[in-house]
Amino acid sequence: MISTFFLAIVITSLATYLSRLLGVVTSQKISEDSKIFRWFNCLAYSTLAALIARIVIYPLGVLADVDFYLRLIIVLLCIAMFFITKKNLVYPTVFSCILLSALSAFFKI
Amino acid sequence: MINKKYFLDGFFSIKGINSPALALAASFIAIGALLKNVGFSIQQSIFSTFFTYALPGSLVMAESLILGASLLNIFIAVWLVNLRLYPMTVSLMPLLMHKNQPKWKYYLSCHFVAVSSWLIVKDKYLNFDKRNRIDFWIGIGSATWLIAILSTIVGYLSSDYLNKDIMIGLAIVNPIYFICMMIDAMKTVQIKISVILGSILGPLFYSLSPEWCILYGGFVAGTFAYFVGEQND
Repeated sequence: MISTFFLAIVITSLATYLSRLLGVVTSQKISEDSKIFRWFNCLAYSTLAALIARIVIYPLGVLADVDFYLRLIIVLLCIAMFFITKKNLVYPTVFSCILLSALSAFFKI
Repeated sequence: MINKKYFLDGFFSIKGINSPALALAASFIAIGALLKNVGFSIQQSIFSTFFTYALPGSLVMAESLILGASLLNIFIAVWLVNLRLYPMTVSLMPLLMHKNQPKWKYYLSCHFVAVSSWLIVKDKYLNFDKRNRIDFWIGIGSATWLIAILSTIVGYLSSDYLNKDIMIGLAIVNPIYFICMMIDAMKTVQIKISVILGSILGPLFYSLSPEWCILYGGFVAGTFAYFVGEQND
């Protein structure tokens, strides 16, 4: 018997690959110097920014259980740290994980 | 076939301080643990990351299964959240296309389009001749994909040891990494406006439609940024 999980994975994979495949098909006709390419470039960055902002402000999963202001403070601290460490990505990412885990454990007590 | 030198250049670009390896590992460990909690077998979890390799999509799938959503609903929800991969692919592939390279490379390697690999290649593609960029990209994609799959396995196997506080900590790593990478990528007027306006409009449109807010916000912000940028160039 084919399980629901198996079908869910197949469907998720297809739904994901579809956008990537259509992207390649469209790319065949687009030159990197064209205006439409620059427009798509803007769309890619803006959509990503929208997605990441959504994840921080309206998260799915376990992050939703963390207070909004706590998430916001962590993000701002990590951005500050990114600049202070001359754009080192290791410090803010490791710091965010440890700090949020610790705060989450602390606030529950 | 694939030029080994450029492939390895790409593959080992995951070393160093800008590496997405940590962020990817943290988030796919969380996904592995989440899939185990949903009731997936380890084979299904590996299969899922192997064929999907897009974090928000896997998260939406897992959350939908917990809520008991239908397969059609899962398809639509995943498609909407991953539709961002379309503009990402279109803004990447023309940079990598070369007439002497076979087409299959593009159709297969588009599977590697995900935020982390995309941000790296956009940062580094100019260091390579156009002809070699696709092999460099396949190297980056293989490395990030491999990390995602291995981390899913680690997360699945260690899920009993990951309490909720640790899961929350792991979940914040990826957004933090992406925010820092995006800030670093803001080098032109167009990208600056795209990123800032996108991050404002995405959540703002959430009240209109949680499913469509990313696409509405992204479309309006990106189009506005494009026109402002064209005026200023």
